[in-house]
Amino acid sequence: MPSVSFEYIVKRFGAITVLDGLNLAVEDGDFLVLLGPSGCGKTTLLNLLAGLLDVSSGRIMIGDRDVTELDPKDRDLAMVFQSYALYPTKTVEGNLRFGLSARKLPKAEADQRVQWASELLQLTPLMRRKPSELSGGQRQRVAIGRALVKHADVLLFDEPLSNLDAKLRTEMRMEIKKLHETLKPTVVYVTHDQIEAMTLATKIAVMNKGEIQQFGTPDQVYEHPETLFVASFIGSPAMNLINGQFTVTDGGPGVVFADQTRIDLTEYTFASLPRDGDAIAVGMRPEHFVHDPVEALPGHTAFDLTVGMVERTGSDALISLDFADDQLFVRAEPDRAAKTRPGDRVQVHYPTAKLNLFDAKKGRRL
Amino acid sequence: MTDATIMYPRKPKRIKGRSIAVLVFLTMAALFFCVPLYVLIVTSFKEMDQIREGAMFSLPTTWTLEPWRFAWFEACSGLNCSGLRAGFWNSVVILVPSLIASIALSIVTGYALALWDVKWAGPFLFLLFLCAFVPFQIIMYPLIRLTVTMGIYGSITAIAFVHSVLAMPILTLIFRNYYKDIPPELIKAAIMDSGSFWRIFVEIILPMSGNILIVVLILQITSIWNDYLIGVTFGGLGTKPMTVHLANMVTVSTGTISYNVNMAAALLTAIPPLVIYFVLGKFFVQGIAAGAIKG
Repeated sequence: MPSVSFEYIVKRFGAITVLDGLNLAVEDGDFLVLLGPSGCGKTTLLNLLAGLLDVSSGRIMIGDRDVTELDPKDRDLAMVFQSYALYPTKTVEGNLRFGLSARKLPKAEADQRVQWASELLQLTPLMRRKPSELSGGQRQRVAIGRALVKHADVLLFDEPLSNLDAKLRTEMRMEIKKLHETLKPTVVYVTHDQIEAMTLATKIAVMNKGEIQQFGTPDQVYEHPETLFVASFIGSPAMNLINGQFTVTDGGPGVVFADQTRIDLTEYTFASLPRDGDAIAVGMRPEHFVHDPVEALPGHTAFDLTVGMVERTGSDALISLDFADDQLFVRAEPDRAAKTRPGDRVQVHYPTAKLNLFDAKKGRRL
Repeated sequence: MTDATIMYPRKPKRIKGRSIAVLVFLTMAALFFCVPLYVLIVTSFKEMDQIREGAMFSLPTTWTLEPWRFAWFEACSGLNCSGLRAGFWNSVVILVPSLIASIALSIVTGYALALWDVKWAGPFLFLLFLCAFVPFQIIMYPLIRLTVTMGIYGSITAIAFVHSVLAMPILTLIFRNYYKDIPPELIKAAIMDSGSFWRIFVEIILPMSGNILIVVLILQITSIWNDYLIGVTFGGLGTKPMTVHLANMVTVSTGTISYNVNMAAALLTAIPPLVIYFVLGKFFVQGIAAGAIKG
């Protein structure tokens, strides 16, 4: 199972440049998720790798093979499509076998592979059926089976779960994760669903407007977003992003908000230090707030704020607090939230080390 | 249910003036087609004595199959007096290769234009679209010259060739529009699985084409069978289709005109397309209605 790398990829459709000098590389056996909103170029990138689109310039490597000029069938890839794209006139078995048709396999080998895939994905009782006689989840398994029988070096997934209902999606997510852990293929997986990305990926590439905003492990992307876009895109409920002004006083660096509240930033590790007076955005994850501490916690910033709204979301509750002409969303235990009424004053503390500071103009992490 | 009807009684529907007008119009339109057909059928079963009396709409006094037998076995087309039989078999021999050639050519062209990345596909389609409107008479003479140069003039091959050429634009557009509705992901999957143009066509696309093939089959059988001009201009002496025999019989017969034989001959010529309609008609409607292909 080889590594995959994109080198200086440019893709234009007529006058529109979708990807401009993109670089990305994943290791052997990695599960790479390309994550981003619609139109960010993630599916284009996948199609370029599959060979269904041609690059305008740049090079695509699989292992040490340059596949840029190869036909899709010669790239040793298998792909699972969003709409499953099963052949409607073929049976499940026919669908699996057609996946092998470009490879001149001996019959025994083909039989053995089809049987292996059908057992792995529990398709054996369905082998004689047509796709129209299958449920959504079964179709999805056939589509995955059709990709697996090829024993391809790299597996590609194009939003494979977005046509399934919520429960089935969770199940299939687990199955895909299990498959990756047992077979260890290199996977490139496109999705706009951050939960899929967080659960499945070993590496996430967050994309926006044809650029890779951040490339890293799920933890890095979640806890250390490199740009404002990543900070606002990843996380549900979303990260609180409050604009303020960077100031340096006798006490050290700090940020002053519109209502003149100040947060001390002495304990924040700056990647690059802004200048006094720069506009910055402060990001705080709703789940990192600590409620009603008995005493002041070291390394935390204390807030004493008025409750605006209380929302129950199921297993959690969200409390919105009025802060600096803005709203601060704070996750709370449902029991805690049940005792809270709009207009109450509450005490919350936030760990300074877990703040995320961004240059408000350039959008880069500070 | 009865309770509900009592609770919320519906006004009885009345036939409105407008629907009467529509019905009258439709009846007249139906008569417009049916009356000549009626005359055709009853005349073909009459004896000449009764026809000479002139009562066109009366039923035959004595029913006879003699005109039908005569038209099929003995009627003269030019100097050849072996009936319509010869023309019928010529028509069958013309129909089969013309049908296969025209459909094969246009189904593959339509498939390529709809699902593969063909250079200049847009302009080519536009050209085909224009060609679909060129009347046959305009290109008849060039086509004759062409077939003469190719050395096939006056043979079945020439007739099949001309039928394929003339039907190609419209059939290609029909197939292309049908295949355009196949989800692009399906063809992408097939390209990744196989990558072979012909293999994808034969194994994936052709089995999905049942409905549209029936539509095209009916269109083509009707148009090839009913064709007169191509048969008369490109066919040799021994390859005249049934329509040409019929026309010769009707127009060139000497002596008294045997209306009953002529009517029987016309009906005999019209029967094959009618049979096709009755047999495949159900699929024809399905084929036209079934635009999208569901997986």
